[in-house]
Amino acid sequence: MHAPHDETYLNARVGIRSWLLTTDHKRIALLYFAGITFFFFIGGIAATLIRLELITPGPTLGSPDFYNRLFTMHGIVMVWFFLIPSIPTTMGNFILPMMIGARDLAFPRLNLLSWYFYIAGGLITIAALLLGGIDTGWTFYEPYSTFYATGYLILAVFGIFVSGFSSILTGLNFIVTVHKLRAPGMTWYRLPVFVWSTYATSLILILATPVLAMTLLMLLAERVLHVGLFSPQLGGDPILFQHMFWFYSHPAVYIMILPSMGVISEIVPVFARKPLFGYKFVVWCSIAIAAIGFLVWGHHMFVAGQSLYASLAFSFLSYLVAVPSAIKVFNWTATLHEGWIRFDAPMLYAFGFIGLFTIGGLTGLFLAALPIDVHVTDTYFIVAHFHYIMVGGAVMGFFAGLHYWWPKITGRLYPDYWARFAAILAFFGFNLTFFPQFILGYLGMPRRYQSYPPEFQIWHVLSSAGASILAFGYALPLFYFAWSILRGSRASANPWGATGLEWSTRSPPPPENFAATPTVVRAPYQYDQGKPCMQAGDV
Amino acid sequence: MSERAIGFQYATVAQQREASTLGMWAFLATEVLFFGALIAAYLNYRIWLGDEFIAAASLTKVALGTANTAVLLTSSACMAMAVMTFEAGSKRAPVLWLTATALLGLAFVVIKASEWWLDYQEHLIPALNFDLARHGGVAEIFFVFYFCATGLHALHLLIGISIVAWLATAIGRGRIVPGGSTTRLVGLYWHFVDVVWIFLFPLIYLAGRNG
Ligand SMILES: [Cu+2]
Repeated sequence: MHAPHDETYLNARVGIRSWLLTTDHKRIALLYFAGITFFFFIGGIAATLIRLELITPGPTLGSPDFYNRLFTMHGIVMVWFFLIPSIPTTMGNFILPMMIGARDLAFPRLNLLSWYFYIAGGLITIAALLLGGIDTGWTFYEPYSTFYATGYLILAVFGIFVSGFSSILTGLNFIVTVHKLRAPGMTWYRLPVFVWSTYATSLILILATPVLAMTLLMLLAERVLHVGLFSPQLGGDPILFQHMFWFYSHPAVYIMILPSMGVISEIVPVFARKPLFGYKFVVWCSIAIAAIGFLVWGHHMFVAGQSLYASLAFSFLSYLVAVPSAIKVFNWTATLHEGWIRFDAPMLYAFGFIGLFTIGGLTGLFLAALPIDVHVTDTYFIVAHFHYIMVGGAVMGFFAGLHYWWPKITGRLYPDYWARFAAILAFFGFNLTFFPQFILGYLGMPRRYQSYPPEFQIWHVLSSAGASILAFGYALPLFYFAWSILRGSRASANPWGATGLEWSTRSPPPPENFAATPTVVRAPYQYDQGKPCMQAGDV
Repeated sequence: MSERAIGFQYATVAQQREASTLGMWAFLATEVLFFGALIAAYLNYRIWLGDEFIAAASLTKVALGTANTAVLLTSSACMAMAVMTFEAGSKRAPVLWLTATALLGLAFVVIKASEWWLDYQEHLIPALNFDLARHGGVAEIFFVFYFCATGLHALHLLIGISIVAWLATAIGRGRIVPGGSTTRLVGLYWHFVDVVWIFLFPLIYLAGRNG
């Protein structure tokens, strides 16, 4: 409160201990940024090698066994160490307390502990993958994973188990923070949508992750002790493993996409200079997605031998969960209508998100339909579909948010020209990478195979060419963000003319976020003739 | 867990207390899903494998299981008394009640361990000495679940006993005084571990004994 005016969370304390033992949510967010970036590039290197391998119909870089290890590594690292934690632990950690006018999360030490769980789990798993890798795919299907898989499966699964504590503690922290630490006047319907969607994500984190934890424990028990739990050799039920795995792993898709939807809901009103269309619909759609998302896992098992009646119910529910997602897309689009639209980099990423997520969502409807799913199960159609959701959706949202809040986080501006270029590059690179995979899958190319018939080569080459453009689009921000930290001009408190509370304090923020606890008097996204109405001011 | 000062992120003590309480409930929700997954898997096999699975359940030691249920319920009553007397301002009474809670918890673990010892002698421990020829493969699956469930429950109980012992010491030394939420939160956790047992007991022990 009596800090000098140039004190920020970055320079308030110095030294490596002040970072590794920090309880400041903003510093912990930066610790997460470091981890997330590291794992993103590990997973990205694996992806690059996969696309190189698939340029020719036969073996290119290595044996089929090597290829199995590559796609397993790519899947495990990207799902558990990049996508799941990506937005909540970085932007959620940094921005969420500021959005609600709080000085920190409810449990700052628990927050730091979460980071250590995340890093420990990640390093354990990476160690397993580097010591020789695993050949099961990221899904660890039974009885493959207990009886036939080679490599350090136990170590990798244990690492994922450990990182689960990070998910649970982070979700718990956000839930309590949103319930109990809102500033005076910050009613539930005045919360920014990003807070709502992070809250919905947190519900999934605390309710689905423990089921994965138990599933992995049972898998470990079976592999280590050779006692029957899932393996038919020991009298077990392998379908049970799939039920338990997908009970977590389908909701996990919403852990990945809901935070991105929150980011897009922040960005679209700011750069369209209009209030978010249908705020309450967007908010309740987040909750609906989190709730219905728990009831659709069986659509991963249409060909696995579950009963036809179960499949029918899961098919219906999978259509149902698409409705709130579609409502959100309509709301974002309607927000643009007659807006004062600005095409800054965050907005370009947001546009990319909306387009790619729509394609991913619509092809999801194909897969919810029983007959079509039977035809394309375990083909590249599936691969293309979920990459449109997780990369086209979740990763685009991650980059959108990163570009949107970068000036707040670092206090620096980045070169907008290069950022827009990277956004466009990523959009085209992404489509060139993954659209051919829809065609490949429809023609019958199965996933997880190193070799394929020569007539598929043209589509694989197109896909690999796209991947090289995409990789460039993802690497570019590293350079201009580094430049921005070193040379970028200083950002004002509110460079975008946005309305959220986080923009009412300095960039970068002081350690306690706000000089005095703000009082909220308005709903979010209030614009008058394209001009922002600020919430509260100590700028 | 310190109640010496109010966290800088809170405006009032009440706010901090409410936050801690909600945090504990959220944690318990996680635990419900954790044990729930195991119980769901158990029920899957019970329905699928039918009579043979239920017959295996009759190999459990129901007298010891029933005694343990009584012990654990009594410990929860002691815990409730500890929380009540603590919040009424007493210092000696909650320490005594907490000591009783921890001792009853320990008694549960001792009875449980003796039960496992009997199981060991009857060659009922999968991966260690399970006698497949005598008991059959279905019984082995039952006992895998039996040891997973009772083992994880016992682990939670041991953690609970340590926390209760710590709390009794802290209250005895005056480090924890009424007004905070720690005692109530420890109570919540203890009751939760008790409730888990209330579900495990009929599922495991009473399954094969209805006729
Ligand atoms: Cu799914």
